[in-house]
Amino acid sequence: MSRIAAMFARLRAERQLAIIAYLTAGYPRLDVTPSLVEAAARSGADAIELGIPFSDPLADGRTIQAASQVALQAGMTVARALQTATSARTRTDVPLLFMTYLNPILAFGLERFCRAASDAGVDGLIVPDLPPGESADLRRAADACQIDLVFFVAPTSTEAGIDEACQAATGFIYCIAVTGVTGARAELDPGLLPLIETVRRHTSLPLVVGFGISRPEHVAALQGKADGVIVASALLDAIARSPDDPASRVREFLTGLRPPA
Amino acid sequence: MSTPHPGPPPQGGRDNLPDARGRYGRYGGKFIPETLMAAVEELTAAFEAAQHDDGFRREFDELSRTFSGRPTPVYRADRLSAQAGGARIWLKREDLCHTGAHKINNALGQVLLARRMGKLRIIAETGAGQHGVAVATVCAKFGLTCEVYMGVEDMTRQAINVYKMRLLGATVTPVETGSKTLKDATNEAIRDWVTNVRSTHYVIGSAVGPHPYPVMVREFQSVIGREARAQMLVETGRLPTVVVACVGGGSNAIGIFAPFYDDPVRLIGVEAAGRGLNSGAHAASIVGGRPGVLHGSFSYLLQDDDGQVVATHSISAGLDYPGVGPEHAFLHDAHRAEYVSVTDEQALAAFHQTSRLEGIIPALESSHAIAYAMPLAGALAAEEIVLVNLSGRGDKDLDIVRQASGG
Ligand SMILES: Cc1ncc(COP(=O)(O)O)c(C=O)c1O
Repeated sequence: MSRIAAMFARLRAERQLAIIAYLTAGYPRLDVTPSLVEAAARSGADAIELGIPFSDPLADGRTIQAASQVALQAGMTVARALQTATSARTRTDVPLLFMTYLNPILAFGLERFCRAASDAGVDGLIVPDLPPGESADLRRAADACQIDLVFFVAPTSTEAGIDEACQAATGFIYCIAVTGVTGARAELDPGLLPLIETVRRHTSLPLVVGFGISRPEHVAALQGKADGVIVASALLDAIARSPDDPASRVREFLTGLRPPA
Repeated sequence: MSTPHPGPPPQGGRDNLPDARGRYGRYGGKFIPETLMAAVEELTAAFEAAQHDDGFRREFDELSRTFSGRPTPVYRADRLSAQAGGARIWLKREDLCHTGAHKINNALGQVLLARRMGKLRIIAETGAGQHGVAVATVCAKFGLTCEVYMGVEDMTRQAINVYKMRLLGATVTPVETGSKTLKDATNEAIRDWVTNVRSTHYVIGSAVGPHPYPVMVREFQSVIGREARAQMLVETGRLPTVVVACVGGGSNAIGIFAPFYDDPVRLIGVEAAGRGLNSGAHAASIVGGRPGVLHGSFSYLLQDDDGQVVATHSISAGLDYPGVGPEHAFLHDAHRAEYVSVTDEQALAAFHQTSRLEGIIPALESSHAIAYAMPLAGALAAEEIVLVNLSGRGDKDLDIVRQASGG
């Protein structure tokens, strides 16, 4: 069983929601990410999504744009992100996923990237500008290295689109919580729970909710409904408030996120 | 010149381009976030329905005539031809369109389509401001809400167009991210679309973006080539030897090229070489880039070794973009069209020549096409014909030219 599947199996048995923490590789400093991964894993993150920054992140709001810019300026590259993952893997056993746009992967080479990611101990891949209909080549490359390839459903998805994502995805389905780009939101979208119910009819894969998740109330509201949440912008916002001690901000934020059992 | 005779037309003309997946050979496609997928599918269906709807065509044709000022003439540029000393140079006068450039053709077509889809809020990106002005103009005509994203760098370079858009009732939203030019304005427009997709149509300004945008923009712009082809037959009794157009995203070029695909006519796209291809400060995607994915499609792209999109430069804001439409990538690889580049300096010289010799002040974008056409005509025999798409007029560029020419 893959690390991702094993994690969801364990959490399902415990009736717990998976908390997946997103960190932009190289933010707030080039070499700090492995220690933040470790801090996150020790503070309740069940899996880590590592963002490889791209110059034109068109599905992302201000927070991730800014973090990507900082990381790129610090010199983050695909090769360095792979080293970052390798180093993070020596510090934790939780599932690691890469999230990046298609072009950096294309430039690196799809097969070469998947092999290197697998060698680095990465378990899954999330590419927001790659819909299922364009994914055949990456699917092949990912399968050859036993890397899960996650696809998205959105509040605007058609039934056919939901079905296509569910057929194409491995690992889990990424349910976009809002009609919009990434960024912390105060409220959950009222359309989210109906979306989750619809997607359940199409797949037995775990459903993970992301975009806008920022508060313990959001996590509590999704307990028993979804299988996991991704926290990204809110975590980066916390780091941005005191970039000199990002590990403490990661610990505080994540321990405050899970409602007491 | 590299190929004296054109290669075979792309697989039986443009009817097979793109395929059902929106691919032009290996290029094109739909590389977009899932949130946009349903809207892009809805747009594809609406566009296909409109193409087979006589009512839609009639409305487009009538407004092209009465509002945009079509047909635009073709004009024999005798003094430019004499200066070049060879083939006759003809100009397709898109500069005479309402709002001053070919951009109105696409703006009109897409806004008519948005109305059919019941989308009453329109957004657009703009570089030079010509597309933004065209969209704001059509939105004013139909009473639609219009928001235009524009890089702050371009807002300074093209201040008059910013004022025009505001006069026309549009909101111009400054974009401060990245290079603060067209690429970043496009990112912001896409983010707006992702957020407001249910109520909003995004009018992309060139033959770029996810399917069906490149084909849709080509079809709305190919009125240029259809007119020009028929006009040249009337005026000269023959087809031109060569058709030359500047290439930013590629909409004026694809519009004049497409109706000539099946003809023995050379097609030449002129990209912006900025301060020179070796300077790193240019915007020549095909000549100086390699394939990648930006803004929803796979095509030639200016990027670094790590797949990051690089900063571009051109004296003309409308060519200052790192990508290019996927159909041009296909035409290049299929050897059906040739792609070349022209520097800022050469374009400026052509701007001055055209102004003095013909009494026509061309847009800096179009000046790139003229700059390439002059020596090309000089190398051809007197009976040959070079048709240049004069995509727009130069009013918007006067400050830039004045500064660059120290006047
Ligand atoms: C007059 C003119 N010509 C050409 C262009 C370049 O765009 P395209 O390559 O889509 O024709 C622009 C863009 O703003 C323009 O204003």
